[in-house]
Amino acid sequence: MIAELGHYALVLALGLALVQASVPLLGVRRNDSVLMAVAVPTSVAQFVLVTTAFFALIACYVRSDFSLVNVFENSHSAKPLIYKITGVWGNHEGSMLLWVFILSLFGALVGVFGRNLPERLKASVLSVQSWIAVAFDLFILLTSNPFLRIMDAPLEGRDLNPILQDPGLAIHPPLLYLGYVGLSISFSFAIAALIDGRIEAAWARWVRPWTLLAWMFLTAGITMGSYWAYYTLGWGGWWFWDPVENASFMPWLAATALLHSALVMEKRNALKVWTILLAIIAFSLSLMGTFLVRSGVLTSVHAFANDPMRGIFILAILVLFIGGGLSLFAWRAPLLKQGGLFAPVSREGALALNNLLLVAACATVFVGTLYPLALEALTGEKISVGAPFFNATFGPLFVPLLIAVPFGPLLAWKRGDLLGVAQRLTYAAAVAAIAVAVIFAMRRGGPILVPFAIGLAFFVMAGAMTEIAERTALMRVPLAAAFARARGLPLSTWGATLAHFALGITLLGIIGETQWSAESIAEIKPDESIAIRNYSLHFDGMAARQGPNYRELAAHFTVRHRGEIVGVMEPTKRNFPSRGTATTQTALMTRGVSQLYISLAEAKADGSIAVRLYYKPLVLLIWLGPLVMVLAGALSLADRRLRVGAPKPASRRVALVPAE
Amino acid sequence: MTRKQRRLTLIGGALGVLAVSVGLVLFALQDSIVFFNSPTDLLQKQIKAGQRMRIGGLVKEGSVARGDGLAVRFELTDGASTIPVSYQGLLPDLFREGQGVVAEGALDGHGTFRADSVLAKHDETYMPKEVADALKKHGHWKEDYKKKVEAVPPGKTP
Repeated sequence: MIAELGHYALVLALGLALVQASVPLLGVRRNDSVLMAVAVPTSVAQFVLVTTAFFALIACYVRSDFSLVNVFENSHSAKPLIYKITGVWGNHEGSMLLWVFILSLFGALVGVFGRNLPERLKASVLSVQSWIAVAFDLFILLTSNPFLRIMDAPLEGRDLNPILQDPGLAIHPPLLYLGYVGLSISFSFAIAALIDGRIEAAWARWVRPWTLLAWMFLTAGITMGSYWAYYTLGWGGWWFWDPVENASFMPWLAATALLHSALVMEKRNALKVWTILLAIIAFSLSLMGTFLVRSGVLTSVHAFANDPMRGIFILAILVLFIGGGLSLFAWRAPLLKQGGLFAPVSREGALALNNLLLVAACATVFVGTLYPLALEALTGEKISVGAPFFNATFGPLFVPLLIAVPFGPLLAWKRGDLLGVAQRLTYAAAVAAIAVAVIFAMRRGGPILVPFAIGLAFFVMAGAMTEIAERTALMRVPLAAAFARARGLPLSTWGATLAHFALGITLLGIIGETQWSAESIAEIKPDESIAIRNYSLHFDGMAARQGPNYRELAAHFTVRHRGEIVGVMEPTKRNFPSRGTATTQTALMTRGVSQLYISLAEAKADGSIAVRLYYKPLVLLIWLGPLVMVLAGALSLADRRLRVGAPKPASRRVALVPAE
Repeated sequence: MTRKQRRLTLIGGALGVLAVSVGLVLFALQDSIVFFNSPTDLLQKQIKAGQRMRIGGLVKEGSVARGDGLAVRFELTDGASTIPVSYQGLLPDLFREGQGVVAEGALDGHGTFRADSVLAKHDETYMPKEVADALKKHGHWKEDYKKKVEAVPPGKTP
């Protein structure tokens, strides 16, 4: 009954989406406020209906209703409650429903919080948003319906893939989808502007908060996914340049570029057409990300053959939205009024450089991800493009970007003074030079570039702080005065500074982990020890335990640092009888921002075990950096100047009133 | 700076970055990609020793032999041909006789494939896609694998 309710709600949502996709647009054409006003209530009603459908599916999972194909295939009655719930989006059908749920949430948010948007723009945006909803509702109902029943309901389900039975599944996909789908708002704004054939600087001010919100979720989602892969896969890697990871990284690069170009558009009324194009590209990459990951297209082009209907539908959606969006752009963009040109050495110029490098980096990732697919489709030859490719292409493009980061915010709008900025960055350069020297002195072999990379990280961090120091006139005025000025700085300035600073943190973590890690793979017997750096791990013995839906074998280690006991680590191996598979649970011990990492590979009959042990210096910074970026995004978002329609400070309004 | 100069700088900068990235991509595509082969391809193509590649197939039943420490030898088959593989290190959770795996490494002078990594990367049906394709190509696509892929329980709309 619950399943039917959910199914019915989804069908109703499709009906409403059709209304919302057409009626408001008709209103825009006829300039009819009544028709345009339809969009808001329908967007809210869609949200209510899709929420009903989504929670109906969750209810079916919680009650282990195996008469549903989807529940039967992905759940098990003995599974802990949290994995029953997260299992909802651990499969194709359920994850699509989550996608649509978030889409309707964003639609309703624009409907409710978009009170200050111009009537026509708002109606168009919600209409375009609803086109996406129509496509996805249809896709779910026709090809990926999670509410399908089985004739004879089985007594027990097939269980969720054990690798997915992890708290990571509760957080990672929803965050990622909030990011992907959030970018649909920027897309809808772009399409609405193209349909209207008019675009003004204010457009960027309306789009930026939504893009920022999506970007924050995307950042958090990718970070979470990386950490999940790190602790779950058992060999200490945190980024593999895997197609699935790239699929989420490309929208992030595009969204980052979009955030910066929208700034130019808002402040200087330039880069308008480019910003629109970026908004379309960012969402197109999100769409590709969603489908490439979920449909299995990436492992092989032939995956389509498993379900031709679904494959064709996916292609149709991609062609319709990406192709349609870009065609509309090609057709209407020349009609848009071009923005002004600007001097190369200026804040605008720096932001344009940022965009160039980010988009170029994104393009190389795109080529590396899709080239194997294209090659296989054309010649049948199978290749794998791995980390070496991306290190050789992405790296050289990102280094100049990182060097440029401290310069950008210090350059003035319109006409910047590069020499002056360089002078102001003297302190940052000095900090970087000291870092290079210190690392050089401590160096014991390893690539010569490492000290310079560390120097770059410090340059980025010190450069970010230089901006705040400049704007508060630190060192030049008394400390109290500087503090007062710091308090007066807009939140968005703090946000930008913090985000740039976080870039340095992340870089530091990446270098530390990739260059200074220690690895030890060993076979040991009980009462033996293995040593790594200054740590030694004593293997005390094994213990067998019974979990809710698995049996596990845990190895107990006592960890000593320079002879002193600092704790215990317990890597385990779990066996899931329902699927007949095993997973490895690594044990982590955090020491400052570094980690000890141990995973159990094999347990032999004679009581000896094979383990992988790592010492990973600075590794936590890799994820701490992006989390600081998310915080920075939140600070910017809290800035009232960014919020559309926030009342302007009274003083300015007074100043603007002309004498009568 | 005149308007024209500004425009030229912008376009020049864009083209410059574009040229650099195209160059990087082409350079990297020559050097850092790895081809995938099945054991049969490996024998037919007469690949030189030392060339890096990935091979995929099923771990032949009864072929896994463990040596000192973490050394292991096994045979990889696609039904038509078999290649001996040697590996030093830890094997993934899903490594088992009769299972599909992908190994990356190079041939040594004696016809043994020296793997430096062994992956059991798989989809929900526990079969690496490349391996499934290779097996299909050589007509050894096991029926029970196929069944797993196609086993969609009879569903009906409510």
